[in-house]
Order: sequence, then C-alpha cells, then structure tokens
Amino acid sequence: MSHDQIHPAPRNPLTRYIFSTDHKVIGVQFLFSGLIFMLLGGLMAMAIRWQLGWPWKPMPILAKWLWSAPNLGGQMPPEFYNKLVTMHATIMIFFVIIPILTGAFGNYLIPLMIGARDMAFPKLNMFSYWIMWPGFAFLIWSFYVEGGSSEAGWTGYPPLSTMKWASPGSLNGQTLWLLALLCAGISSLSGSINYITTIVMLRAPGMKMLRMPMTVWALFITALLQAFALPVLTSGLLMQTLDRVAGTNFFSPVGGSVGNAPGVVGGGAPLLFQHLFWFYSHPAVYVMILPAMGIASDVISTFSRKPLFGYKPMVIAMGSIAGLGFIVWGHHMFQSGMNPALAATFTVSTMMIALPSAIKVFNWIGTMWGGRVQFTTAMLHAMAFVSMFIIGGLSGIFMAATPVDVHIHDTYFIVGHIHYVLFGGSMFAIFAATYYWFPKIFGRMMNERIGWIHFGLTFVFMTGTFFFMHVVGWHGHMRRIPDPTVYKFLSEPGVVWMNQFMSVCAFGLGIVQVLFVGNFFYSLVLGPVAGPNPWKANSLEWTTSSPPPHYNFETLPQVFHPPYEFSLPGSEDDYLPQTSPLPPNITLDPIMA
Amino acid sequence: MRYWSLIFALAALFGVGAFAYAPFSADWWLPNPADSPGRAVSTSGREIDALFLIILWLTSAVFVGTQAALVWAQYRYADRLDAEGKPARPARYFHGSQRLEVVWTIIPAAILVFLALYQMETWANIKFRSAAPKTPPLAEVTGRQFQWVIKYPGPDGKLNTPDDLFTVNDLHLVKDKTALIHLKAADVIHSFFLPQMRIKQDAVPGMTIPVWFDCDRAGRYELACAELCGWGHYKMRGDVVVHETEAEFQAWQTAKLTEQGRSRLEPKGDDAEGGKP
Repeated sequence: MSHDQIHPAPRNPLTRYIFSTDHKVIGVQFLFSGLIFMLLGGLMAMAIRWQLGWPWKPMPILAKWLWSAPNLGGQMPPEFYNKLVTMHATIMIFFVIIPILTGAFGNYLIPLMIGARDMAFPKLNMFSYWIMWPGFAFLIWSFYVEGGSSEAGWTGYPPLSTMKWASPGSLNGQTLWLLALLCAGISSLSGSINYITTIVMLRAPGMKMLRMPMTVWALFITALLQAFALPVLTSGLLMQTLDRVAGTNFFSPVGGSVGNAPGVVGGGAPLLFQHLFWFYSHPAVYVMILPAMGIASDVISTFSRKPLFGYKPMVIAMGSIAGLGFIVWGHHMFQSGMNPALAATFTVSTMMIALPSAIKVFNWIGTMWGGRVQFTTAMLHAMAFVSMFIIGGLSGIFMAATPVDVHIHDTYFIVGHIHYVLFGGSMFAIFAATYYWFPKIFGRMMNERIGWIHFGLTFVFMTGTFFFMHVVGWHGHMRRIPDPTVYKFLSEPGVVWMNQFMSVCAFGLGIVQVLFVGNFFYSLVLGPVAGPNPWKANSLEWTTSSPPPHYNFETLPQVFHPPYEFSLPGSEDDYLPQTSPLPPNITLDPIMA
Repeated sequence: MRYWSLIFALAALFGVGAFAYAPFSADWWLPNPADSPGRAVSTSGREIDALFLIILWLTSAVFVGTQAALVWAQYRYADRLDAEGKPARPARYFHGSQRLEVVWTIIPAAILVFLALYQMETWANIKFRSAAPKTPPLAEVTGRQFQWVIKYPGPDGKLNTPDDLFTVNDLHLVKDKTALIHLKAADVIHSFFLPQMRIKQDAVPGMTIPVWFDCDRAGRYELACAELCGWGHYKMRGDVVVHETEAEFQAWQTAKLTEQGRSRLEPKGDDAEGGKP
C-alpha cells in the first residue's frame, strides 16, 4: 500500500527477541507463554479429575504443595476444588486458547499470508503481548493472597463474586481475577484492532479479499467479533470491580447480604452481569473456534491436494456464525430467571447458528472427497477437529431446545459439550497448526512418527475423557461439585465407574502431551531443515524462506489467484503458489474467478 | 496410511455403542426410578424426555452420516503411490457445487426451524407465568448457603402467618397434585434442581420466581443445587418426599408442627378451613 521499505532486524538482543515489534517474534512469544499456561491449566484439570474419580482421597505427593492444610490429611478442601474449576477454565480460555489462536497464530500468520512486511501498528502489537504479563502476574499472585484465588467459577456471577464473605476466593482473589481478565481483554482488543487494520490496509498487490486464505478470513472475522463484543465484557468487569472495591451496587439487590453480614444498600440486579458477561463470552466461544475452522480449512485443502470445497459459502458461513453470535447470548441464561418469553426467541437464533456450522462440516468433507488425502500429523489433527467438532455441534442442539436445557443445564452434559468444542475443536486445531507451521516458524520439521503416536493417543484418551460426560450429564450429574456421591442418584455404580474411567483417561491425556513437548523441543534443535515450502502449499507464507526474514519478503509478492489451486489439470505440479501466474491455456474454475 | 480411518471409525462406533447401551442401564440413562427407567415421574419430565429422544435420534442420524462420510473420504481417497513413487490417482479439481450447498443448507435449516418451533409449547408449559397453576403455593423455598429453607403455609393455607411450618432441606408434596413453589434466594444465586422431575430454576436474590411441577409416584427423591454457590455447594442437598394422599401430607405437617412445639397455634377466624393448599 504505502511506501515499501526494508528494515533490517534490530541488532540489540533486547529489542530483537524480547521487546520486539516484529509480529513473528510476538507470535512466538504468545505461543510459548500460552503453552506454559496450558501446562498449568492441564495439571489443574487432572487434579479436578482426581477428586471426581475418588472423592476426598488424599492425592499422593502433590497434596502438600497444592493445598496447605495438613489437618485435612491430604484431602482436597472443597473450596480448593472450586478454585480449580474456576482457574482451569479461566486459564484455558483467556490465557491459552485465545492467546494461542489469535495472539500466536494470528500475529505470526496474518502479515505473512497477506503479503505484508509487518502489522499496521507494530508498537501496539508489542503492547498487546506485554499487557498480558500483568495479567499473568495477577493470576499467579491471586493464589497467594488471603482466601486464595477466585472460586466463583469462570463466569464470576455476582453476588457470589462481589460479596466478600460469600466464599474465601471472593475475599481478595476475585479482584485480582478481574484485573487479570481486564489485562487479557485489553490485549485482545488492541490485537484485534491491529488485525482488522492490517488485513484491510496492507494486503499485497492482487490480494483481493476473496483471495485470502481461510485462516486470514477467520482471524479477520474473529477480530471484528472481539472488537465489538469485548468492550461490553470490559465494562461488566469494571462494574464488578467497582462493586467490590468502591462500594457501588450495580449487581447487588436491595438489602443483599451473605451470612450474617449487614445488608448492602443495593438496588442493582445480579442478572445484569450475566447479560454483560455472556454478550462477550458467547462470541468468545466463536473467537476460540473460528480461527480453528480457518486453520482446519487450510490444512485439509493442502493435504487433500484439492481446492477447498465452497470457498465463498465457507466465508459466508463464518460471517453468519459471527453475526448470529451477537444474538444468542441468552441461551446461557434459560434457567436464570430471565423472562421465559425472551428465552423462546433466543432458541430460534441458537438453532440457526447450527446451520453455518453444518455447512462448514459438509464443505470440509467435500474438500477431502475425490482428493489425495495425505495422513500427515497436521492433517490427522485437522480431521480429528472435524470429527470432534461434529459432536460438539450436535450436542449444542440439545441445549438450544429450551425444555431439554431445563434438565441438562449446569450438568456435565454442558461440560462435555464445551470440551468437545474447545478440546476437540480448538485444541486439535492448535495441534494441527503447530505441526503445520512449525517448519515455517522455526525452519525445521517436526518428527512425524512421534507426531502420529501423539495424535493417536491424544485422540483415544480425549474420547475416553469427554464422551461419558454426556451420559453422566443427562443422568443429572451437576457440574462444579467436588463430591457427586453426596447424592444417591450419583452414587450408583455405573456413574462412579464412568467418573473413574474419565479420570483415568484424563491422566492418560495429560501424560501423552509429554510426547508433544518432547517432539517440539527435539525438533527445534535437531529436526531436519524444512526449506521454504515443505508441504507444497500455495499461500504466501510458503513463498519466503523458513524462518522468514525480519521484513518477511525480499520484494512484496504479486498475487494472481486464490490460495487453493491444487491439482490444476494440465499443470505440471499438483500445486500453484499464489504468486505464480496461471500457466497458459488454463483457466480458473468460473466459481472462483 | 488409509488405515488411519479406522481410529476415526472406532471412536464413532464407541460413541454410538455408549449411547445405544445407555437406555438399558438405569445408571446410564435419565434419572428415573430403577424399576421404570424409561418413564419420568412428572408431566413436564415426560414432555422433556420425548423432546430429548427426538433430538437424540435426529442428531444420532446426522452423527452416523457425517462420521461415515468422513471415514469413507479418508479410506477411499487416501493418497497412494504407484511403483515409481508417483501418485496412483490424481485429485479431482473442483471448487464446490452450488446445488449441494443449497441442499445441505435448506434441509438442516428446515429441521432446525421445526425443532425450534416444536419445542416452544413445552417450554411455555414449564416456564411461562401464564401457565402457572392458579392455586396457592405449596411452599416458599429459599436457597441460602448451604441449605434449602422451606416455608409451608400451615393449616391456614396462608404464608407469613404464625402457623407457617418451616423445614430445612425437606420438601413434601402430594402425588398427582401440581405443586407451586415460590423460589427465592437469601444470599447468592442458587439453582433449584429436581433431577427426577426434570425441573431446574435459578434462585436469584431479589427475585421471587414461580416454579411448578407434579409427580405421579409416591416416594423419596432428591433436590440439588445446580449453581455454584460457594464452598458447600456440593452438599446443598434436600430430600423430596412425595406422599401418596393429601391426608398423609396433612398428618406429616401436623406431626412436624407438634414436633416444633407449635401445635397450639390455632388458625384464626375465617381462615380456619385448614388443609387447603
């Protein structure tokens, strides 16, 4: 667009690797901090499963580090369990999946895939990473304050979260939780402004919007979602912070009190927070799944050696998911006491959002149909994404039907659903993206054989961990309870067996990630050199060296056609990079022209 | 390589198998009495279960279809190399099909709109205030950390009079008679959950929300809190006792009042009809 200058990389290691404005360095920074927090969140998940499989059984070795109450004989205190479920979700959503998908892959890939030298606002980009650090600090710090970390659930509903004596975590930890989320929100917001501007303004010559790879489309739509929905959450979080520290009463009813504490003046409404929270946090689910859809589309097309089936319908489907995503938040509140007539309208919009998701699934299968499917590790993860996303999508229909939701709301059915979307969907896409772009990012190939074993075990254990959640859920198993055996209907041998089976698989799922971590660091140092285009893919990031130079491209690329021209009849190779003009006497499919 | 499709097929089969087995096990299926695992004890429960089954069948069909297509695409279109190391078969070159897109947009859209409209009536019956029974409430239930405080009108049939009966975590009702509850919360949000009767409603501080349900089988059931409400959330459990007859319920109420030392509190004046809920 504007002047085209090549800047050399800074020589000072501090500005080159740490306080860098290079989108690639920032992307890698997001990737590493996300992976570290993933380890923490994963360990918490395993502690949760320990308690659910064998309630109150002292945990060997780890107990004395995790909860400092020797008089409990190593048993997990119930409030610590609540901290685990709260912080596991908070970390995985706000500090792992969103930062990895948008922060790491968004940052790394957007300029490379549209043929730009960097982001539109490199310093804002650096800020979007470093503002995460106060967030990390608040999050870790909250475990050490009096009362410990937040335990009001990742949804932080008031008055449990606003009244200081409602639970130990609401004493101090909740304030730090709010501050951590505000930091993560500011990071996402500044990132999304950057992505929108970059994609609108800095595309290489010839890179029309309808020639962008699906990953870029997905990140673009995600950024729009974030930019318009996040301010609402931010105001909700600020209002809750004020309720806690400044004595306002946005969310406290008249005379509201907890325990024997004197009542507050009140005058607010607890449900208001739920509306503000879900107005962002439902779109947040799409923030976590749209980039995954984009990644899966690119990986599946490349390894089917075949054009993406229905490029435009795929773009329209993502746009409709985002658009509808703004008018479905109420489906989290069917049983909340909100006007039931309003719930009836949210049902219709929620049902409709299943439609674009279905279209995308059909198109992915259509992309593989008639192709030459290559079972690389990246492709296996992308296909697992499709397979698992089908389950996550179909289980959503149950809760969209309000009467069925009466029964399954706040049960393990919901927990199963979100984990099929977020683990089966987002996490498999993160794995696919890592195996796929690792050669570009680090210049070396990951080990495919270890990758296959990692994939196979992850897939099996993932199914074992999450599938029975649907079954115990429709049996009535509530979420966020550390001991289901308090209830007779949850003490039946079948339920206990399923809980223990899920726990064993969860431990397996956690342990096999050692293969991924090992493969990652082994390949970083000893993997075979990748070369610019190891997968024979078409999009622009594969036309430059691996890893790309500081300025990404020697000369700005000229783009001639969409990125999915694989197996073009009459063409020599089975791929055609976006920078290669069409061979003579060959015309594009009119659908793409 | 094409045998990778097996792992996908097995995962799908595992899912289908678990769902197919579930209805034959009382532990795995919806929470119903052990001797009639297929039938819920409440009217709304049976309506909800019918809808649940429709959606289960529909989604199972879509699940099997899409997973089969995925596995077939993996198996049939796996890349294979000939003796010279060249692809044995080229990939077909096409960008999609307008007709297919229209077909697989319209069919799911029709099914989803049908589902959305079909379920509305059940929802209205369960939750719309206009559908609430026009009877006086059976009790006022208040959730507080960590118990359910239940207030019955007592012999005079009116709440907030001196003969009200208070119980904690002990909800009594009569078989085949719709019970109307006024649901409140004293401190934080709780959720009134009767798994066997398929009733769930959040109790929100500052609001009074009507909840109604019935039960066609005398016996003991469970009341749970389904919304995280603090450290003791998991043990906020109540008993639900469904009495065979109104007389049995009255006998229980009288005994309970006596037990609480309030047997001499006679209902006053015109309100002395006694026993009418």
